[in-house]
Amino acid sequence: MKVYRTVRTALKSLMRNPLRAMLTTLGIVIGVGAVIAMMEIGVGSSTAIKNTIASMGANVLLVFPGTAASAGVSFGAGTVVTLTAEDAEAILRECPSVRNAAPVVRARTQVIYGNKNWVPSVMYGTTPAFLDIRDWTELAEGEPFTERDVMAANKVCLLGQTVARELFGDESPVGKEVRVKNVSFRVVGVLSPKGANMMGMDQDDILLAPWTTIKYRVTGSPLQTVTQGSSSSSSTTSSSSSLYPGSGAKLYPERSEAQAASQPMPVRFNNIDQILLAARSAEEIPLAIEEVTLLLRERHRIRPGEPDDFNIRDMTELTRTLSSTTTLMTNMLLWVAMISLVVGGVGIMNIMLVSVTERTREIGLRMAVGARARDVLQQFLTEAVVLCLVGGMVGIALGHGGSKLVSVTMGWPVESSPEAVAAAVGVSAAVGMIFGFYPAWKASKMDPIEALRYE
Amino acid sequence: MMEAGARKAHKDELIKLVGVWKTYRMGELDVHALRDVSLEVARGEFIAIMGASGSGKTTLMNILGCLDRPSSGSYWLDGEEVSRMSADKRAMIRNRKIGFVFQNFNLLPRTSALENVAMPLSYTASHLTEKEARRRAKEVLERVGLGDRLHHEPSQLSGGQQQRVAIARALVNKPPLLLADEPTGNLDSKTGEEVLELFQELNREEGVTVVLVTHDPHVASHAERIIYIHDGQIVEDLPRLHSRSPSLKEVSHEGV
Repeated sequence: MKVYRTVRTALKSLMRNPLRAMLTTLGIVIGVGAVIAMMEIGVGSSTAIKNTIASMGANVLLVFPGTAASAGVSFGAGTVVTLTAEDAEAILRECPSVRNAAPVVRARTQVIYGNKNWVPSVMYGTTPAFLDIRDWTELAEGEPFTERDVMAANKVCLLGQTVARELFGDESPVGKEVRVKNVSFRVVGVLSPKGANMMGMDQDDILLAPWTTIKYRVTGSPLQTVTQGSSSSSSTTSSSSSLYPGSGAKLYPERSEAQAASQPMPVRFNNIDQILLAARSAEEIPLAIEEVTLLLRERHRIRPGEPDDFNIRDMTELTRTLSSTTTLMTNMLLWVAMISLVVGGVGIMNIMLVSVTERTREIGLRMAVGARARDVLQQFLTEAVVLCLVGGMVGIALGHGGSKLVSVTMGWPVESSPEAVAAAVGVSAAVGMIFGFYPAWKASKMDPIEALRYE
Repeated sequence: MMEAGARKAHKDELIKLVGVWKTYRMGELDVHALRDVSLEVARGEFIAIMGASGSGKTTLMNILGCLDRPSSGSYWLDGEEVSRMSADKRAMIRNRKIGFVFQNFNLLPRTSALENVAMPLSYTASHLTEKEARRRAKEVLERVGLGDRLHHEPSQLSGGQQQRVAIARALVNKPPLLLADEPTGNLDSKTGEEVLELFQELNREEGVTVVLVTHDPHVASHAERIIYIHDGQIVEDLPRLHSRSPSLKEVSHEGV
């Protein structure tokens, strides 16, 4: 009742000079409008980024081989040959929070069909699990290759949309043979289109084949020059270890000479370039990392205190990095908006001070008819807060409209954020309180006799 | 004649000033605006306080209106000692016991007559609903003869009508005391006369005690009792003569 009456009185006082009230609150309108628009655009873009990352396969973890180092000189990520396909199988078998795991062997070379040729930006040797991990089980055409193909190192492959288009045009590639480094691969299927990822890389520019085929038939050839990517690094590592003997931890138990003599082991590298994992859920990612780390340390016989010979990257880290970037952007814009709110607040203070001086007689009169100092304080404070709140409301509407306009005209993703609305209302009320207080206090300290005599 | 005033005061006094001094410090000097003023006003009286400018009549009115506190001495209003009250308590006293009428009306601009009159109610009557407050404001406005001007803003009213709105505002809380500071100062003689007649009427019919502060002997002649103040002291305290014209001349000579 009391509050209602005070607010009504304040509104009436403000309505005595509507143009001035409007101009005064313009600063707040713009400030709040800016906050809302920034928040909506910021939240929208960070959601868009999250969706993009989710489309790359949710909860994906990547295990890379570690860094070779010799006498303090490191050779960079992926320079040791530690990961094997068995690691991938063991992870899937023994880590309960891992849903699926696929070994990956990378290659980059030319693919030829008839008189056309193309170099896919991604050529992966893997298992059918890859498709499950990457959320790519729907094929546009044909069938995926199978575990049996992997075990037999069959010469089959799946093509991404871009590769299929470049090599086959309108033709259906299924059942046709393409040549990869003079090895004939039969195309068993065409992947569904996935489009570009958030970095703008074409995800459809891909060729998938059993990892055994890529490893032993394509990149495993002694001609290292045609292969690019990290599989070539194996030679670097082995040569560097012979150059600098006695360095680094031994990864595998030493075989005695007798053992070596009785069971000669042909050297056949079965290292792979990375393992792709999917955790069961986003929450289980840290647990999955822990389990995989433990398992791989055990399998690679790493003593406590020794560094890992692999490293695990998770996409959530990427997600987080990206969303923290957008958060940073949003925060920065928010600060700019806050500054404009403060400027608006100063405007309010200025006009309230003018208004208090102008209405000195009114203040004197109100005091004469029984207003206490605190009633006067309350009245002017309420006026400032009402002004700011009304400005805030208009600002919310304006900001919302603005962000909608941006999303319609420029196609930016926006998402309305109730928190921002609540914050804007709170902040504009606070601005009213803070900047309205001094003028109100000044009004309340007036002497009614002086005030009534004021001309 | 003096006895008449005293007798009335004994009956039921509304205002009682005893040995009131008001001193302002101006640099090194103490300026006495009021010196040892004692005054009693009975309920239902209509008095005028007269004096030249600088005589202390405004100071006296400020003290009577609880806007200011005496430097020494005491002031009982309606049986309450108000001279030692805090500012907030005096605000409450002003709200409930005193109605102010000013020379320049002091109405809120761009605010309807009804709102203007209801304004003091917002500082007391938290028990009054909005509806009741408006009803009461309407009643008082009708009482001062402005029942058809409820929603007019001050700028749409004549001077006399504005002063009537101001009087209605002073009356809205049914105070026992009406303090009017040069209420006709901004009005032409005809409307001034009407306003003064309204005061007389209110005094007679509602029993409101009216204290009129003026320098105009003609205005003062509407009162039943005239108090002359000069150099901060009450120099004369006269009941009004029944026949106006001869005494008025004497009065004006003495007063100015």
